[in-house]
Amino acid sequence: MKLVEKNFDKEGVGYVVLIPEESEDMWHAYNLISKGDSVRSTTIRKVQTESSTGSSSSNRVRTTLTITVENIDFDTQACMLRLKGRNIEENQYVKMGAYHTLDLELNRKFSLRKAEWDSVALERIDLACDPTKSADVAAVVMQEGLANVCLITSSMTIVRAKIDVSIPRKRKGFVQQYEKGLTRFYDQVMQAILRHINFDIVKCVLIASPGFVRDQFFDYMFQTAVKTDNKVLLDNKSKFMLVHSSSGFKHSLKEVLQDPAVMNKISDTKASAEVKLLETFYMMLQLEPARAFYGKKHVEKANEAQAIETLLISDNLFRCQDVKLRKEYVKLVDSVKENGGDVRIFSSLHISGEQLEQLTGVAAILRFPMPELEEDDDSAEDD
Amino acid sequence: MSRHRDIRNMDYSDEYDGYDDIYGHSVDDDYYISPSNRQFLYNRENSTRSSESDIKEEDEVEAQLSDTEKVKLESCIDQIKVILDSKNIPHSDLVNTVISQNFDVQRAVNVILEDPKYKQAKYLDKKEKVFTQTTIQPTESESSNVKVVASTPKTATNVTKGFDLPNKLTFTPRSQSPASGRETPVTVLSSDTTEDTKAKAKDVKFDPQQLYKKERGEEKEHLYMIVIGHVDAGKSTLMGHLLYELGQVNQRTMHKYEQESRKLGKQSFMYAWVLDETGEERNRGITMDVGRFQFSTKTKSVTLLDAPGHKDFIPNMISGAGQADVALLVVDATRGEFETGFDFGGQTREHALLVRSLGVTQLAVPINKLDTVSWSKERFDEIVKKLKGFLKQAGFKESDVTFVPCSGLSGQNLTSKPTENELVAWYDGPCLLEVIDNFRSPERPVSKPFRLSINDIFKGTGAAFCVSGRVETGTLSVGDKVLLCPNRESAIVKSLAIEDVSKTIVFAGDQATVTLSGIEMQNVSVGNILCDPQYPVSVASKFQARIVVFNVTVPITKGFPVVLHHQSLVEPAVVRKLISQLNKSTGEVLKKHPRFLGNNTSAIVEIQVSRPIALELYSECKELGRVMLRVGGVTIAAGLITKIIL
Repeated sequence: MKLVEKNFDKEGVGYVVLIPEESEDMWHAYNLISKGDSVRSTTIRKVQTESSTGSSSSNRVRTTLTITVENIDFDTQACMLRLKGRNIEENQYVKMGAYHTLDLELNRKFSLRKAEWDSVALERIDLACDPTKSADVAAVVMQEGLANVCLITSSMTIVRAKIDVSIPRKRKGFVQQYEKGLTRFYDQVMQAILRHINFDIVKCVLIASPGFVRDQFFDYMFQTAVKTDNKVLLDNKSKFMLVHSSSGFKHSLKEVLQDPAVMNKISDTKASAEVKLLETFYMMLQLEPARAFYGKKHVEKANEAQAIETLLISDNLFRCQDVKLRKEYVKLVDSVKENGGDVRIFSSLHISGEQLEQLTGVAAILRFPMPELEEDDDSAEDD
Repeated sequence: MSRHRDIRNMDYSDEYDGYDDIYGHSVDDDYYISPSNRQFLYNRENSTRSSESDIKEEDEVEAQLSDTEKVKLESCIDQIKVILDSKNIPHSDLVNTVISQNFDVQRAVNVILEDPKYKQAKYLDKKEKVFTQTTIQPTESESSNVKVVASTPKTATNVTKGFDLPNKLTFTPRSQSPASGRETPVTVLSSDTTEDTKAKAKDVKFDPQQLYKKERGEEKEHLYMIVIGHVDAGKSTLMGHLLYELGQVNQRTMHKYEQESRKLGKQSFMYAWVLDETGEERNRGITMDVGRFQFSTKTKSVTLLDAPGHKDFIPNMISGAGQADVALLVVDATRGEFETGFDFGGQTREHALLVRSLGVTQLAVPINKLDTVSWSKERFDEIVKKLKGFLKQAGFKESDVTFVPCSGLSGQNLTSKPTENELVAWYDGPCLLEVIDNFRSPERPVSKPFRLSINDIFKGTGAAFCVSGRVETGTLSVGDKVLLCPNRESAIVKSLAIEDVSKTIVFAGDQATVTLSGIEMQNVSVGNILCDPQYPVSVASKFQARIVVFNVTVPITKGFPVVLHHQSLVEPAVVRKLISQLNKSTGEVLKKHPRFLGNNTSAIVEIQVSRPIALELYSECKELGRVMLRVGGVTIAAGLITKIIL
């Protein structure tokens, strides 16, 4: 993302002008824009014109519109962001108050005006505009009969393809069916890799599985590549990395990202840092339960006591439509920072973020144990 | 050309099969039989029941009743039978209850339902009602048929005349058919009516328990045995050698294995090759998927399931263990090896806990490779002592666990008494084969509704495809309609087989191969449940379970992602809510909404599966009410389904 212009006054009212450059920037934009903001961008609109004779014709014109956002839609697969709202700046084609849906496009600038820019939003801009590019990683988690082909960027994990076939078991004198099924499965996974992974961008492809599936698959893939003379695969052989995982389900990615060898290679991705942090939280819960808490009520209480060392919070909470609630969370983040605590905003598109989201979305590791929190009524937890 | 031929062949057999099906049906369904032919046909549901057994009991009590009372009694009993499942309740008890309640049907039913003896009647109650509604058409025609046969010679008069029958009676299906006359001897009438209600109640069903006895009575008892243990404990070798000594593997094949394994430089794996068949398994020298073999002992016919010991293949082992009745826990006696397998992180513990949680109660522990420690008694005793304590904790009864010293490679103490002097000196217990022979085979729940969990799908010969799996409860015969859950698709059973021997009927506990038609192969996946369309299993993606947490490195919190194992199904799931923490032994609630569940706790949790699965309450069906939760290749909890939320 490129920041073109930034203009705030003392109260935090103002606007920024941004240019999204890659699909991940759409995700950042999605997290920045909330209901009630006004967005100005160039767009295409179908305009109906009526001639003096009464015959009407419609044509598509490119025009610049400013809308107040009423509805935000994000498509994770295509990385498309659509903003729906009313026009607030009349021009020759579109009346005031007319509805329009803006499709934010890559490499076209848009300006975003908010009534109040809070610290979380500002931080998000910094994060989005960070020029140090992190390594893009692709991962294939598989087990016999199931494979997930995912792309992992610094703030997103996207499942590109899921292959789920049933492979006949081995049975006496019937091994061929099993082997045939397996070959077919490997072939499908290989096709998915070729289709979904762009080797120009991706710097590392992780193949993870329990047992020997990954080795078998790896051998199969390169044997086939040699046979079919597939240059793309052969040239990128060094990018592949075989790792252990306990199953082929998506959440096994967590184990993959925790693998020390993988961590070395992709240490700068947010994904593996988040996984590690969540793991620390769980370890703390196991070893010293009075120093690890989750749920808004508990965390807020801990914050009042200035006890929070690390705050884990899902970005999902800042996207909520309720402005008051969002403010509460922003306040929590600010106050933790003020007290010298560390705040980690988890991306809800990552595995660890998904898990945190299930875990009420907010958790904290404390500096000192607060056993009194444990005792008080935890009825607040049944959201 | 060959394709042509193929199609013709397939069609031929298809049609033939179909024809067979219909033919098979017609015996049970009465639509196709003209009344005049009926008496010549053998009718299963009529033949076995009532006449003899019921008559005697009735006579005893009913002797003192007046005619009016007798008929009142009959009608009352009929009504009760319509409401309840009659076959669980002895006729005499029914009679007594009715008389004691002064011929009041309502009260009699209540009394019966309250009686703890007949708890089951309640359960079946619902279904019977379904039956009576759905099958009125055929039964009416049937009862009239029966009447033609049974009562014509008696010159019947109208029943209703002269009786003050309760109003309700007119609604019962029985009362709609012109019943047999007053002068008809009570015995005949009663047998007639029991037949009648029986037919209503069970339509095409027969008494599965009896049929089971008839079909399987003279055969050896069937036993499914799983072999478990830490990786490289020698499970496959032990079993391979046992099979060889039993003559299940001929000398020539064995010789071949010996030669080939020597070529690979793995001669010690020659016996394991009997069960490890894929090239991958042989090259690597480890079992990856469950291997199966059949052999028989003196009194049992045993199906052997050879589970993989490697940590990564535990999912395969779980699906194997789900089918087993008993288990052999193979332990490596070599110094250091036993310790790695048993101490934290080894599979000996996990496997033992798993099979126990999957409902296996009888266990034999062959202490293998004892020759490497020169048959030392001390070593044997040391291992036995350690294991005993652990197994008791895991919930095995001491009397159900047997320890056997043996050696898989040299074959000592497998099928015959040991010859090694060092062993003979201190051991005179049974050999492994005798221990297997001594296992009790469990009760098969054949009279429950049919359930089969699919653990393999493959193409059979011809166009149709087969699924195989264990019949958990009930019976299945060729031509039956089955429902595939959770997709709720119906299919028809074209043929059945057990270990490649074709059968016409299979019972609970059998490992059956079912050829299905009327359904696409793509729509079936491993872990689906085949069930009786009349009593389908529940399908849900959310349920409550009572879980026992094993040793975990990180605690379970809400939102914890797990892998759920349910029979052969493996699905990602999330622990949605922690409802309450329980006392492990008493089950009382310790804490509501705990923040997390640590080691060795017991709790009620809500689990959400990513897509709906077929399951049942543990209280209704033990086999389908169990789940396992695993994370990162470690089993963290075992659970029983206590409540199904949609």
